[in-house]
Amino acid sequence: MKFLAKILVYPKEGVLDTQGKAVARSLKRIGFESLKDARIGKFIQVWIDTENSGEALSVAEAMCSELLVNDLIEDRAIEIEECEQ
Amino acid sequence: MKTAVIVFPGSNCDNDVVHAVSMVFGPVVSKVWHEDESLPEGTGLVVLPGGFSYGDYLRCGAMAAKSPIIAAVKEHARKGLPILGICNGFQVLTETGLLTGALLANRSLSFICDFCHIRVERNDTPFTSRYATGQVLRIPIAHYEGLFYLPQTELEALESEGRVVFRYCSPEGDTDERFSPNGSLNNIAGVINTEGNVLGMMPHPERASEDLLGSTDGADLFRSVSDWLEGGIQA
Repeated sequence: MKFLAKILVYPKEGVLDTQGKAVARSLKRIGFESLKDARIGKFIQVWIDTENSGEALSVAEAMCSELLVNDLIEDRAIEIEECEQ
Repeated sequence: MKTAVIVFPGSNCDNDVVHAVSMVFGPVVSKVWHEDESLPEGTGLVVLPGGFSYGDYLRCGAMAAKSPIIAAVKEHARKGLPILGICNGFQVLTETGLLTGALLANRSLSFICDFCHIRVERNDTPFTSRYATGQVLRIPIAHYEGLFYLPQTELEALESEGRVVFRYCSPEGDTDERFSPNGSLNNIAGVINTEGNVLGMMPHPERASEDLLGSTDGADLFRSVSDWLEGGIQA
């Protein structure tokens, strides 16, 4: 079966996120007074062909630890969904 | 001194390093393609040069750190032989785990290409024996992601083990944080591994190795490594 892994990678709490800070400043400047903070990460999609969603999750987790995520500075969240192709 | 300069797709300081090392020692320098699986026989110094390996995609140095040649580089490190990562090469070394830390976007969010001053924090390494501790060097930087980061406890461990080799400073050697061009924690410009044979630094010593370039302060780094290798201090 084919699965889509949606991987969200974002800076760890406490890691200086200069992009997030700059974007937050701009949002404030253009009038979003209610803004408390902004953080910027990245969104990665990978399509995986495995027997079931559990296996797809294991593959996606391995991809994260081996290449996609640097544990020192980043956290991640993974969602797996079935897909047709 | 036989030197191997690793070339990744997107490296752009490889020829600068070849030139600088050749100027200082003669042309015993090989360029090694990242897809190779071994280093030339008798390699002393390995240099991971600056540039934009893999277009800096994903994270700087992340994909280069997975190149076939990296196993041989790690083996070189395990033997206690010297490895120098400059700029993107430093980023690659942190991604391989040979060095601790990460290089984040500069605090100013701008690419900085300029001369800076760095203070030599220790001269008992293979890379710094020709310098005096406390000596101030004038060497250029050229990077967007050069802010050295480690979580606080690990940063304290790095400091207490004396593994900071270079720190950004004023021309007089003051390491107040305002003299850090990129916002690096503790003004860190270069660090070494616990064993003392793998050095990563953001400034470019190869771009400060002859008078024509406006500074020769970087040349003694390569001379130091040569001295060390000739001294036969090998694991």
